Amino acid sequence: MEHMSSLYSGALRMTRNPADAEDLVQETYLKAYRGFGGFEEGTNLKAWLYRILTNTYINTYRAKQRRPDETDLGEVEDLYLYRRLGGLEAARVGRSAEDELMDLFTEAEVKDAVEELPENFRMAVLLADVEGFSYKEIAEIMDIPIGTVMSRLHRGRKQLEKLLYDFAVSHRLAEPVSDAAT
Amino acid sequence: MDAPTDSLPLKPQCEDALHELYHLLSGEIDDAKRAQIAEHLDECAPCAEPYDFYAELRRCMQQRCQDLAPPELLARIEAAINHEPHT
Repeated sequence: MEHMSSLYSGALRMTRNPADAEDLVQETYLKAYRGFGGFEEGTNLKAWLYRILTNTYINTYRAKQRRPDETDLGEVEDLYLYRRLGGLEAARVGRSAEDELMDLFTEAEVKDAVEELPENFRMAVLLADVEGFSYKEIAEIMDIPIGTVMSRLHRGRKQLEKLLYDFAVSHRLAEPVSDAAT
Repeated sequence: MDAPTDSLPLKPQCEDALHELYHLLSGEIDDAKRAQIAEHLDECAPCAEPYDFYAELRRCMQQRCQDLAPPELLARIEAAINHEPHT
């Protein structure tokens, strides 16, 4: 079953629940099998499956698990995470910068941060930065104009940086910049 | 806040490169523009550093967000499809 683990991962980030994620993936493959939406030969199969997955999630699962208190973190400045964590990498000699970020954020923290994003932002960030879809493909998957994709990504990425930083701080792996200055 | 972009007077090429950071990492920048930014990053460490950082962040997210579908899910889906009327 092509792309199943990718779809399952995406479904988990959307539903935040393994049982719902499994149901969602099963429903996606059944609709794909029935030719839902019409797949055109030569187009991107994964993008088409994601489009079905996203539509199914929005139409059936979102309603039942709507969370009332999704927080918008407000304005987050450019390079938010880099400005706070960039120095950490330089400070630890002998480690590759790549290991550093991997050490800083556990699997659970990255997943929690993505899942914490308000839904519209979460979907856009998930599709672009985790699944690697182009902006144009995301516009088609989510059925929104490309300009909307870009504005959701802009805000979603910044909020994700803030959430990741908050997780890092709460695990005492970084010192809050404002505290350090006083 | 002590940050490279705060402490330096930004050249227009720097502002341009940093503005396109996420778009470039997403492969959304055309070849001409990409070459122009790459050339700038080669000679400007304060811009190259955040580029490396966000490229790593992207890799980190991709690696950290992978879940393996449970094996029984595949069996469930195959069974469900076998129950579908032939089209």
